[in-house]
Amino acid sequence: MALTSTLPPVLRESGQREVFCGLTSIVWLHRRMPDAFFLVVGSRTCAHLVQSAAGVMIFAEPRFGTAILGERDLAGLADANEELDRVVGDLLARRPEIRMLFLVGSCPSEVIKLDLAKAAERINTRMQGRVRVVNYSGSGIETTFTQGEDGALTSLVPLLPSSPEPQLLIVGTLADGVEERFLSLFARMGLETVRTLPPRQSSDLPPVGPGTHLLLAQPFVADTVRALERRGAQRISAPYPLGVEGSCAWMAAAAAAFGIDPQRVAEVLDPLAERGRRALEPLRRKLEGKRLFLLPDSQLEIPLARFLSRECGMELVEVGTPYLDRQLMAEELPLLPAGTQLSEGQDVEKQLERVRASRPDLVVCGMGLANPLEAEGFATKWSIELVFSPIHGCDQAADLAELFARPLNRRELLQWN
Amino acid sequence: MELTLWTYEGPPHVGAMRIAASMEGVHYVLHAPQGDTYADLLFTMIERRDRRPPVTYTTFQARDLGGDTAELVKRSIQQAVDRFQPEALLVGESCTAELIQDQPGSLAHGMNLGVPVVSLDLPAYSKKENWGAAETLYQLCRGLLKDLVPAPGTAKPGPERWKQENRRPRVNLLGPSLLGFRCRDDVRELRGLLADHGIDVNVVAPLGARPADLIRLPAADANLCLYPEVAGPLCSWLERNFGTPVVRTVPIGIGATAQFLREISALLGLEPPELREADRSSRLPWYSKSVDSTYLTGKRVFIFADATHAIAAARIASRELGFTVVGLGSYSREQAREVRAAAKELGLEALISDDYLAVEQAMADAAPELVLGTQMERHSAKRLGIPCAVISAPLHVQDVPARYAPQMGWEGANVIFDSWVHPLMMGLEEHLIGMFRHDFEFVDGHFSHLEGASAPALQPPAAPAGEAQEVTPLSATPEGGALRWTASGEAELSRIPFFVRGKVRRNTEAYANERGVAEITEETLYEAKAHFSR
Repeated sequence: MALTSTLPPVLRESGQREVFCGLTSIVWLHRRMPDAFFLVVGSRTCAHLVQSAAGVMIFAEPRFGTAILGERDLAGLADANEELDRVVGDLLARRPEIRMLFLVGSCPSEVIKLDLAKAAERINTRMQGRVRVVNYSGSGIETTFTQGEDGALTSLVPLLPSSPEPQLLIVGTLADGVEERFLSLFARMGLETVRTLPPRQSSDLPPVGPGTHLLLAQPFVADTVRALERRGAQRISAPYPLGVEGSCAWMAAAAAAFGIDPQRVAEVLDPLAERGRRALEPLRRKLEGKRLFLLPDSQLEIPLARFLSRECGMELVEVGTPYLDRQLMAEELPLLPAGTQLSEGQDVEKQLERVRASRPDLVVCGMGLANPLEAEGFATKWSIELVFSPIHGCDQAADLAELFARPLNRRELLQWN
Repeated sequence: MELTLWTYEGPPHVGAMRIAASMEGVHYVLHAPQGDTYADLLFTMIERRDRRPPVTYTTFQARDLGGDTAELVKRSIQQAVDRFQPEALLVGESCTAELIQDQPGSLAHGMNLGVPVVSLDLPAYSKKENWGAAETLYQLCRGLLKDLVPAPGTAKPGPERWKQENRRPRVNLLGPSLLGFRCRDDVRELRGLLADHGIDVNVVAPLGARPADLIRLPAADANLCLYPEVAGPLCSWLERNFGTPVVRTVPIGIGATAQFLREISALLGLEPPELREADRSSRLPWYSKSVDSTYLTGKRVFIFADATHAIAAARIASRELGFTVVGLGSYSREQAREVRAAAKELGLEALISDDYLAVEQAMADAAPELVLGTQMERHSAKRLGIPCAVISAPLHVQDVPARYAPQMGWEGANVIFDSWVHPLMMGLEEHLIGMFRHDFEFVDGHFSHLEGASAPALQPPAAPAGEAQEVTPLSATPEGGALRWTASGEAELSRIPFFVRGKVRRNTEAYANERGVAEITEETLYEAKAHFSR
């Protein structure tokens, strides 16, 4: 594989990890599917984590919550299954508009081996189709941060209707506006049947079958892809749609899978690419030659590093990722500059020592680390913003670069004498 | 099992983190999975701390569970001690680790680390954040002081021993911590206040203290229990074991600050404070007496906060600003008794709850003109179109202001006057704009800074898209549904200032229902007005 020829061995670390757990993805998933509710079965810590990660985004009654396990549930004084049924019953009575309920496993529910699959089955039977109940694990002993979305989408796969119809299925949450833009660009190329997982309404699940070609909008959906492949779908191998290069290659790969005339694809994409590069130019001048250190967080690190080095001219000091899926990164890794140091997993104290030793111009990291690094004199970009912001596509390439240029610009603007 | 959509308090180990992060030279090894590292952002983002909290997480994973997690705990402890060289080590576990029972505290005790080790046993499935903070502070001090406790029967030093020892009296300030409301500024304010009365501060803890400072706690003549949620158990233990008397009055507001000074002076055998000190030192008394404050009279205020700030706010609101307290509650179950007593004094039943939707419902039912609460009550009040001031944790980054803004002492009273009255002034301004709205200079939609002002008060403003169905309509449908407002009734209602319109509408409908009146005319409205003003 290209990785071994041009990249040094991956640095594998197993120490303290400073990454959110998979529950965090509820923060964007619940907004994507307004008719779904995410019920974490866990502890007060889980509830506190999700609300802290969501910040002030609690309007009225949120469409996520936690069934908090109490001493009685753990001591066996109460039957946890009966308790869960009661909580779900109360919740659904209160929220009749909910059409899909995700029971989300957590660290404590996994450790006490509470069987949420059985619970989902039981409640499904009782609800008689009024609400569909599925389950997945967002626990921090099994998943990191964005992997929670993978779990949620995987849980939907068995519910998808079967159809041999040829279609393009985009997998992974995109910002609504970005998604619409992609749909209209695909339509211009003559690719009309394009669906998305997750859908915008949980009741509007896309079909899947031998005619389905999967196009991954996000790199963290490995389990979902495997489940869809088992239903007959085929994955289109492509880089991820970050930056002009990635976005064009991504759309072109989809068009090629459907045998669309490359001439027609070029007619659609070339003007976009030209405009995208033009918009990027001033930001490239700002970022060129700047040294970048990415700490492991969202799993977007490798595609981001590719964009920031190839299109913005940044130098990569270290590219961290919570875990490396070589299959889903097959089109990305060869695009990284020779010699790029990848690291997988984390030992946060050691990694921070490497940050201090290498003095990068910009560090991409989680929210817990950003201010402490700023106080040590490093410009930072918090990675969680990257999963909330519209950053995909040619038209967004400059916006994406701007997110990284802004901390550097700000440092130049501030004066104290 | 309990359904929770949002929670006022985190788990108890977050309380322990607050103690560790507030102090210097303390490190906390927490046996916890990686997701629990989210808690770092509470300190680095909300408090804008320039360093990570001193916490090492074991971040065990599912694959570790089959193997030896105890070994992972020991490795994490050893690495943390080697790297951070703490003066005291806290060892504990979060909810998930509690289930696998590795006993990290016992493991640490068996390791000969050469630093004092305090093992924390914080039951994650029954207790919460403030309890965890109080327990941690107590266990840490007890661990460091247990060998210094005088034998039973030993004479305890009196609070006036400073006279014999030929020095100024000295006290401990106990309870200020990170993620507490304005603790940083309260400490500065009280240091100044006490210095003005010839009293030295012996130790402030936990905020800014080192383990060595905690060992000096018994040297104080009195302990000031500033935040009972955090310092209550420690103060009681010090009183029982070292005989240090405790001042439990929390000096928030004019009356409480004066009472606090009187108690300290009496306890320490100092001259009683001068009667006019409050008038000389704070602007609140004069501002509240001044003529333009008459419009504050009887303003209906709803209070929900931690116990410390809720009780203080009720006293200030009712006695020092002349408001009518129409609701009082707290999420601090450990201090429920004190909150209930404060409510009873005002003829109210305290709301003790950690269900924010129940609080929002109580708020709506009480029809207040001002809400004093936490960040969550600010959200609820915004939905109901009621002005709000934040008076308590849980915090948002905006509750950690750059400026000096204490709650305690004389300056605290000034800050409170401004921050409670300004949202109401906005309300008054809106009323004036409403009065002049027929003048040609005013174009429709002039309503400015008060959110939801153009909608009638107490009607929920338009909810964010997709959430509309989640707002409960507040004005109850009249019984039987037969009630109808005539054009003259509606016209009269529209002439009433928006911020009381909702209340008038409800009162009138209640009156009409009671009398079996089906049609509300302008006369019904005035009859109801006369009825309710009796």
